[in-house]
Amino acid sequence: MTLTLGHYLSLGAMLFALAVIGIFLNRKNLIVLLMAIELMLLAVNMNFVAFSHYLGDMHGQVFVFFILTVAAAESAIGLAILVLLFRNMNSINVDELDSLKG
Amino acid sequence: MSQTLNASSLLAVPMAPLVGALLAGIFGTQFGGNWIGRRLTHTLTILGVLIAFILSASTLKSVAIDGARFNETLYTWMEVGGLKMEVGFMVDGLTAMMMCVVTFVSLMVHIYTIGYMDEDEGYNRFFAYISLFTFSMLMLVMSNNMLQLFFGWEAVGLVSYLLIGFWYNKPTAIFANMKAFLVNRVGDFGFILGIGLIAAYAGTLNYTEAFAKANELSALTLPGTSWMLVTVICICLFIGAMGKSAQFPLHVWLPDSMEGPTPISALIHAATMVTAGIFMVARMSPLFELSETALNFIMIIGAITALFMGFLGIIQNDIKRVVAYSTLSQLGYMTVALGASAYSVAVFHLMTHAFFKALLFLGAGSVIMGMHHNQDIRYMGGVRKYMPITWITSLLGSLALIGTPLFSGFYSKDSIIEAVHESHLAAAGFANFAVLAGVFVTAFYSFRMYFLVFHGKERYDQNPDAHHGHHDDHHDDHASHLPHESPWVVTVPLILLAIPSVVIGYMTIGPMLFGEFFKDAIFVDGEKHHAMHELANAFHGPVAMALHAVSTAPFWLALAGVVVAWYMYLINPAVPAAIGRALRPLVVLLENKYYMDWINENILARGARALGNGLWKVGDRTLIDGLLVNGSWKLVGIVSAWTRKLQTGYLYHYALVMILGIFLLMTYFVWLNK
Repeated sequence: MTLTLGHYLSLGAMLFALAVIGIFLNRKNLIVLLMAIELMLLAVNMNFVAFSHYLGDMHGQVFVFFILTVAAAESAIGLAILVLLFRNMNSINVDELDSLKG
Repeated sequence: MSQTLNASSLLAVPMAPLVGALLAGIFGTQFGGNWIGRRLTHTLTILGVLIAFILSASTLKSVAIDGARFNETLYTWMEVGGLKMEVGFMVDGLTAMMMCVVTFVSLMVHIYTIGYMDEDEGYNRFFAYISLFTFSMLMLVMSNNMLQLFFGWEAVGLVSYLLIGFWYNKPTAIFANMKAFLVNRVGDFGFILGIGLIAAYAGTLNYTEAFAKANELSALTLPGTSWMLVTVICICLFIGAMGKSAQFPLHVWLPDSMEGPTPISALIHAATMVTAGIFMVARMSPLFELSETALNFIMIIGAITALFMGFLGIIQNDIKRVVAYSTLSQLGYMTVALGASAYSVAVFHLMTHAFFKALLFLGAGSVIMGMHHNQDIRYMGGVRKYMPITWITSLLGSLALIGTPLFSGFYSKDSIIEAVHESHLAAAGFANFAVLAGVFVTAFYSFRMYFLVFHGKERYDQNPDAHHGHHDDHHDDHASHLPHESPWVVTVPLILLAIPSVVIGYMTIGPMLFGEFFKDAIFVDGEKHHAMHELANAFHGPVAMALHAVSTAPFWLALAGVVVAWYMYLINPAVPAAIGRALRPLVVLLENKYYMDWINENILARGARALGNGLWKVGDRTLIDGLLVNGSWKLVGIVSAWTRKLQTGYLYHYALVMILGIFLLMTYFVWLNK
């Protein structure tokens, strides 16, 4: 059995679906939410790399580096917000964080 | 057309009374600090009107003798699109005649007022009003366009309102002036619709320009209907005339207007303002000539007014109301003449009527003064001994009114009857009957009043109201129950009015009806309406006309009216009472003025109030307030109460919605939007 583009794309889709489910089934921890977002970006990266390899175009891999950089920056900011949130609210429980409603 | 009239002297005609009115109105009243006294007020206003009269007379002279004409715009007020709103004068025979009548009667009334209003607190205010009226009426008759005509029309209506309610402490006077104003609104509404139609279809408000397009208009119909445009215009304009000239069914305000002081009854509600409608129709004759339907309509309305309002005069006991109903009836005569296309006859009757009716009103006012403000003719009688000048002049006025040969009223009224007789309109049969019967009725009520007031037994002490009410009388001694002749300022106008009442018809019938005087002012389509032509053929000079009259029906009908009145009210006073008992339902009908007031109050006014109430409750409170205003904020509230539940504040809900949104958009763009 050889690995085709379809296998890689399926893996990317699965990772992405896992991340989506992680976002809205998660009721407890904000860190899980951040991790799910990270996972989503990785799923996208997976697609990029797969397409890059099979189409013989290096641009896709260049994008992967960009996304990794942005993802690192984003999780750094996300974690910083998380720390501040915990200091203020004494909780990172997603179900308790409903101050967005009007 | 020779142009010998100059604009500034014409402008001075309406301006002189206006200046008088402003001076008297501003500086003579509390408003301006009572700077000028009574004597100065009446001097100023009389001077203004005198100037206007002299200039009018000289205008009449140059119009009649030198054939001068004037038709110019003096000032452009504004231009809206192609429509010009201007102030200008058009002077021809019709205008010059009206100017003279208005200023002459106004001058007489000004002088008379010095005596009549002598003890009234509103002396200066009264002079300001009547001068203002003179100004407005002159603007109306001298106008060369319909906008200025409308301005004058409304201004005289305003002054009429102010003067009917002159004694504003009297509730009946306030009721009467409100009634006059409201009824006139109905007429004015039609009038402005007519003017609007002319402006819309002829594109101009100027008389000359509009009449030049008359034939184009006659080919049009009102959009969406098969009505002839010119018929609609004429009927709308005539509705305006019905309001101002008190034609049935808009006549109800005129009898009530007698609540005002007598001089204005003479000036406004008999001689000049109420004839504005007649004047307007005569002025618009090029339009009215095009519509047979409108002429028939005019004739029917006039005939109804002429006959049925005369009947009402028979049972009235208030001296002024008798004369008021007589005015209504005579206005009906003029209207009938308009319907018969005998515009010049109508205007001729307007002129003679202005003199003798002003005379009768001022005579009635003189009697009222002499009788210490008793107006009920049942409590008069034998006044001729005490008030000889008033007696003679009133007799002359009454003779002119009933159409005694050689008197002015004879020439105009006989011409009307003759014109209706010659008319071939569908309504002419009924109108002919109405004007003939009207002659008898006119003679009867005029001489009923005349005999009751000036002849017979003295009944001054029978008046139950004699001792209350009018404590502002001239003397309070025992002799005060006897009448006394009025001062010279009252009797001189009577005499000056009596002269034209007698002779003006004899002098002017030739040039006015059959000469060139109205040639370019009044247009008659000779082929369709040949009444004037027939009249001219039958006319062989005023004396021949008077001699011929002795063998015609109107003369004998008038004589019969006088004789019956003489018999019933002097010889055998039991007869009217017996007839009254026998014809009780008829008398009740007449006493209630054909229930016109009842219909107006209970059906029209109450209906309008019910409609207003309904609209207020259903339309305003339920629909607008309830549904639109309150309904919209309630709807917003309900919708937002629902939508705020969507805002949970949980991050994962927002994320879900975002992802679902992407999913839906992707589905749409990838699969469905191929």
